[in-house]
Amino acid sequence: MTALAKARTGSAGLDLVLRFRALGLVVALAVLVGVTTALNPRFLSAQSVRDLLFAAAVTLLLACGMTVVVLTRGIDLSVGSVLGLSAYVTGSALSATGMGTALALGLGLAVGAACGALNGVIVYFGRVPPLVATLGTLYVLRGVVYFIAGGTRINASDLPRGFLDFGSGHVLGVPYLFAVSVLVLAAVGVFLGRYRAGRDLYALGSNPEAARLAGVPAGRRLMTAYVLSGALAGLGGVLYAARFGTVDASAGYGMELDVVAAVVVGGVAIFGGAGTALGAGLGALLLTVIDNALPVLRIDQFWQQAIVGALILAAIALDRLVSVRAARALRTKGSHVR
Amino acid sequence: MSADLRRLARPLMTWDAAIIAVTLAFLVVASMTVEHFGTARNAGYIILDLAPILLLALTMTLIVTTGEIDLSVASTVGLTSAAMGVMWNGGMALETIMPVAVLLGAVLGAVNGLFVTGFGLPSLAVTIGTLALYRGLAYVLLGDTAVADWPRLFTGWTLGTIGDGPVPNVLIPMLVLALACGLVLHATPVGRSIYAAGANPIAASRAGIGVGRLKFWLYVASGAMAGLVGVLWTLRYSSARADNAAGLELTVIAVVLLGGVSIFGGKGALPGVLAAVVLLVSVQNALRLAHVSTEALTVVTGTLLIAAVLAPNALGALRTALRRRRTTATGRTA
Repeated sequence: MTALAKARTGSAGLDLVLRFRALGLVVALAVLVGVTTALNPRFLSAQSVRDLLFAAAVTLLLACGMTVVVLTRGIDLSVGSVLGLSAYVTGSALSATGMGTALALGLGLAVGAACGALNGVIVYFGRVPPLVATLGTLYVLRGVVYFIAGGTRINASDLPRGFLDFGSGHVLGVPYLFAVSVLVLAAVGVFLGRYRAGRDLYALGSNPEAARLAGVPAGRRLMTAYVLSGALAGLGGVLYAARFGTVDASAGYGMELDVVAAVVVGGVAIFGGAGTALGAGLGALLLTVIDNALPVLRIDQFWQQAIVGALILAAIALDRLVSVRAARALRTKGSHVR
Repeated sequence: MSADLRRLARPLMTWDAAIIAVTLAFLVVASMTVEHFGTARNAGYIILDLAPILLLALTMTLIVTTGEIDLSVASTVGLTSAAMGVMWNGGMALETIMPVAVLLGAVLGAVNGLFVTGFGLPSLAVTIGTLALYRGLAYVLLGDTAVADWPRLFTGWTLGTIGDGPVPNVLIPMLVLALACGLVLHATPVGRSIYAAGANPIAASRAGIGVGRLKFWLYVASGAMAGLVGVLWTLRYSSARADNAAGLELTVIAVVLLGGVSIFGGKGALPGVLAAVVLLVSVQNALRLAHVSTEALTVVTGTLLIAAVLAPNALGALRTALRRRRTTATGRTA
């Protein structure tokens, strides 16, 4: 396991470097919110904050699942299509049966988990590289959504009142949707940090061969990662339907890149073994805040994508710098011991 | 290890041949069963449609063979197209704009190359970043407006045919560039270096190959190719827009992998990729002519993509299992 793969390295200096990563995101968020609010105090009004949290909820959720997969040296490009499929399936089930919100959430999770299991089987048992496998299922699942939906779409008037209330409701200014995402984020964070299966994912991502020799059940762990990512994308589909009320076959189209961007900006190494769910969540939040701050700052909305791109490049360059430094620090420490 | 590699390469080679055979078979069957498919005019449309995918797939094949990836190609097309629009609005002559656009593409590719080889960053992450960055800059340049008043002389050429026959003009640059890339990959020391760099970068650099420099120049070539596609795209649709070719990168990656190139590098050949491009675009065309929804195509593309990698793996696993059984059997008799 590399130094970065562990939450604690046993060295105060390196710990600081690692914490600095999440801290950097918090500082960036604080500066952005501070500057924007200074220019326009309404940016921190209850309504505006609520809008922001609404917008962040789904990306945050998907970023948690993506983190789990990326930690294992994988990637899940199919999340946008899984979200679309789940949103449409649960949307039609809701409009047909008028079932309860809890049941809808369960259905979304199940649809997503099934898609995730498909990815896991192709990646682990088929030995297909994750990028190829999930690019394939990105196409296949989107095609399936189009088959099911055709040109039709589900409107808010078809959905049960209770479900729409869940989508637009909030407690103490925090939307239910965002609360769900934060609960999931906390759960995934604890899973990755405190549970054996979670730690195994870091081991698999750092050095698959060593992890296998150490007795990590690679197949089961990889399946867990893909099923989790799929399930959260499925849950995201339900939240999407609840938030917008209307769902058509293109729901979540192209979303995979936003999610990968959030995860990379959040400090999860694209080649696995390093990163936290909290970082990915902060990355998702930062991207959403940028999105919402631009109009307030009177910067042309067209700059949004360019800024995201520049952020990704800056984030990976920074991580590279940190890991090179960390490796050098370890090496000098090692030479003292010997 | 080398025996392993050879064993893995064998089914891939048959995949290469298989995709060519499937493509030819599809063309024959489709021209007999789908009305209007086999006409010269339709063949011309197919060639026009596959031009951007084919051109981008050429350099993508080289990059993927070295074990890297370039997801920013479609955004580079969009940015060069948007830049063309700005230059045209600024009153520059199209004869100047076109080479400048290709040059711009090369510079954008060099930025990718610098991040990947200079800073040693993973190409997947870098080009996801530049995918967003270049597309974003395209929007910064043109917003959601379009520049459409391109001179007839040039737009006419991209849509026109050789001597008013059935063969589109764009086939000429396509053939020339495909031939050039094929020769470089399969008949020059550079091509051997590309395979070596993809198969085992450490061994390649020990053998004196400048792996970093090679990859850098491949990114420059990929960018320049995307710049050229930007020019062709703009003139063909007579429209410079920021969202030109959006999402095309996934199609390009799909055909390259479908053509039998390994995502891990070191394996693959250009003929398979060319066949995959023809197959994908003509299936799309035939479905449209047969009034089958194009959604079916996305399912087919995705399934083929997975099958392209799954099939050789399954074959290899089967062969190993068979051999193991044979050796245990002989072991028992001895």
